[in-house]
Amino acid sequence: MPVDILMPALSPTMEEGNLAKWLVKEGDNVSSGDVIAEIETDKATMEVEAVDEGVIGKILIDEGAEGVKVNTPIAVLLQEGESADDIGKSAPPSGDPHGERSADGAAGEGTATDGNAVEDMDARRVPAEGKVHPEPSAPDVGSDPDIPDGTEMVPTTVREALRDAMAEEMRADETVFVMGEEVAEYQGAYKVTQGLLDEFGPKRVVDTPITEHGFAGVGVGAAMSGLRPIVEFMTFNFAMQAIDQIINSAAKTLYMSGGQMGAPMVFRGASGAAARVAAQHSQDYAAWYSHVPGLKVVMPYTAADAKGLLKAAIRDPNPVIFLENEILYGQTFDVPKLDDFVLPIGKARIHRSGSDCTIVSFGIGMTYAIKAAEELAGAGIECEVIDLRTIRPMDLPTVIESVKKTGRLVTVEEGFPQSSVGDFIANRVQREAFDYLDAPVVTIAGKDVPMPYAANLEKLALPNVGEVVDAVKTVTYAS
Amino acid sequence: MATRAKKTPAASARGKTSSTIKAPKPAEFSKDDELLAYREMLMIRRFEEKAGQLYGMGFIGGFCHLYIGQEAVVTGMQMAAKEGDQVITGYRDHGHMLAAGMESRGVMAELTGRQGGYSKGKGGSMHMFSKEKNFYGGHGIVGAQVSLGTGIAFGNKYRENGAVTMTYFGDGAANQGQVYESFNMASLWKLPVVYVIENNRYAMGTSVSRASAETDFSHRGTSFLIPGFQVDGMDVRAVKAAGELALEHARSGKGPIIVEMQTYRYRGHSMSDPAKYRSKDEVQKMRSEHDPIEQVKARILEKGYADEAELKAIDKEVRDIVSDAAEFAQTDPEPDASELYTDILH
Ligand SMILES: Cc1ncc(C[n+]2csc(CCOP(=O)(O)OP(=O)(O)O)c2C)c(N)n1
Ligand SMILES: [Mg+2]
Repeated sequence: MPVDILMPALSPTMEEGNLAKWLVKEGDNVSSGDVIAEIETDKATMEVEAVDEGVIGKILIDEGAEGVKVNTPIAVLLQEGESADDIGKSAPPSGDPHGERSADGAAGEGTATDGNAVEDMDARRVPAEGKVHPEPSAPDVGSDPDIPDGTEMVPTTVREALRDAMAEEMRADETVFVMGEEVAEYQGAYKVTQGLLDEFGPKRVVDTPITEHGFAGVGVGAAMSGLRPIVEFMTFNFAMQAIDQIINSAAKTLYMSGGQMGAPMVFRGASGAAARVAAQHSQDYAAWYSHVPGLKVVMPYTAADAKGLLKAAIRDPNPVIFLENEILYGQTFDVPKLDDFVLPIGKARIHRSGSDCTIVSFGIGMTYAIKAAEELAGAGIECEVIDLRTIRPMDLPTVIESVKKTGRLVTVEEGFPQSSVGDFIANRVQREAFDYLDAPVVTIAGKDVPMPYAANLEKLALPNVGEVVDAVKTVTYAS
Repeated sequence: MATRAKKTPAASARGKTSSTIKAPKPAEFSKDDELLAYREMLMIRRFEEKAGQLYGMGFIGGFCHLYIGQEAVVTGMQMAAKEGDQVITGYRDHGHMLAAGMESRGVMAELTGRQGGYSKGKGGSMHMFSKEKNFYGGHGIVGAQVSLGTGIAFGNKYRENGAVTMTYFGDGAANQGQVYESFNMASLWKLPVVYVIENNRYAMGTSVSRASAETDFSHRGTSFLIPGFQVDGMDVRAVKAAGELALEHARSGKGPIIVEMQTYRYRGHSMSDPAKYRSKDEVQKMRSEHDPIEQVKARILEKGYADEAELKAIDKEVRDIVSDAAEFAQTDPEPDASELYTDILH
């Protein structure tokens, strides 16, 4: 039977693309591995290779066609002994994938649409039924006292915001430099350092070998000597190779030297689960680093917070762990257009005001919290959603004040449940606002398991909006 | 004594290492050898092409690192290995598993995250294991497998089982610190381990010369008195001969040895890397002049070990196995929800 050649996806979330060029014509013989066509999306061009051998029987989609849906047959390949007459009997190479693509491809966008990021390109966080992460909702930025009224807002991705923060600080301070794997020539495995090499050159944008423990230590030494390193970990999963230098050297030197010297630096990179990258590549490090005196730990959700807090982190005289998220990189938020937008580390932001229940979250956990709050508002339950932004030092006063108002608290994070950030908050709240609580605090976290690969299990392992909604209903006795 | 005292420390170290070991000549291949190598390499190639296709269709998620172009390395090494020898590698592991004798169905079903996969769908492309086939993974953290492989070799020596551990890692992984910590212990304790460095010239988008001060990886063991040599990793006969020498060295109690396989990956680092860091010509040149499968095929035809029709039949057989694996991997159910909580602790 003739075989359909299908429009391939060149990234996990790609829904459609353009058929830029045919490199074969009808009647041509092809064998496996031959490049037969080029397809493109707005950001990348990829070659399509033949998987089977045979003769191109018919080209179904013409060169130059735009918006060709993934998995559409683009040509028919004739097997030995077949002729063009057999076309029409062709069999698709296989049935439907297990519904892994979302309806609109928005979830888990990450840099997947960039088409030229290596690591994250393949992050396919599009689970069995629709999307794991709800759409971003516009934060109540007006409530952020750090942004003057009337400031122009520019839609910016988290990725761009992080890059802008680094570029601005590098312009302002000669001692700031970036080092890490693929940060320079490749423009970042997740494209966060895009353009920095061009502007600042290889002295200040340094590609390292794959030697996390070594370059983390080099970074700490450089910081001790008076430079201001930004050490990028491709993801924080790989910072586990380097965690000794982060904790034993970066975090403790100020104390051990009696205040003589410390490590003014930033360790940054993606933390948390991406999509289908399984146990060794999907861990949220918020709770891990929050354990350590001598570190500051920042984990932004919005692009504005990413920018303002990264600038603050670079200026901070202490080692700052800056936890980003691959899924959030591609999400767009309004960022204030200000010459020097710096936010204070250690200050939470009330993302949404409400009187019935407090939901505290941070980073990507906010996506569940916000969506749940919206759903609950529909049911007449008004939640106050607090974005911690900084995990250490933690803005407990803002949380406690809110709990005094609502009497109920639910925390949301993707990390493991035992000794989670939520556990710490629950402990402090019951100590400092016990009399105000009308229900036990509920902490929502990832499941107590390594991240599984299978799509259905991955979905179960992560928190979800329903869990948050149920928790709020439980503590408000609404269910 | 007098002559020894005159030597510089470096010279005496080199003298002691036999790091000057010369790569052996490519093995003489019989008809059976050629046909076996052809089939094994073709199986890996077709399997990987199919995996790439299933990825493009959305059946495989996350990272998927294809081994296309490097088939001769693992095929030649397995041809040299003995029953009981172990294999451990990184995330570019599909070829190693097939060569170790693991079922294509089980590997493909793991790629699609189904219950019939080697890890019940819980590990995925980068994390697969088979105790039965002495395959110890499938590791996602660059360099981690080097210490683990050294530890497996420690177990071999401890139990005196005569087995050797083939520990595979990339040119990029070769810069990780734990590699050298492992080298030192392996040499100090004369562990039966063969370090197979798969130098495919790139670690993601970084070429070897941009990441490595010493680009001759066979010398990476010099300070630990570990001998090494470079091999044409595109020629399965050269690989087999290298494997035989290295495995014999490790098995005979002389300790670790490094084999640098000079190879090439045709595809991007993982599925959709447009690979702008190298030219199309460079890739094309490797494919047309050094392809491991084409080399064997040409010899088979030239020596008359088989004709085109017979090779086609092998091709068909291989395709059928791969199609069957793909079919299985697409129809096998996802793991049961209860599997979320199994296998965390005994
Ligand atoms: C500790 C660690 N750092 C970084 C990564 C991301 N990463 C995955 S593969 C890779 C390149 C490795 O290249 P090489 O060792 O040459 O192997 P190849 O991919 O060429 O087979 C990198 C940097 C990782 N998985 N683990
Ligand atoms: Mg490599």
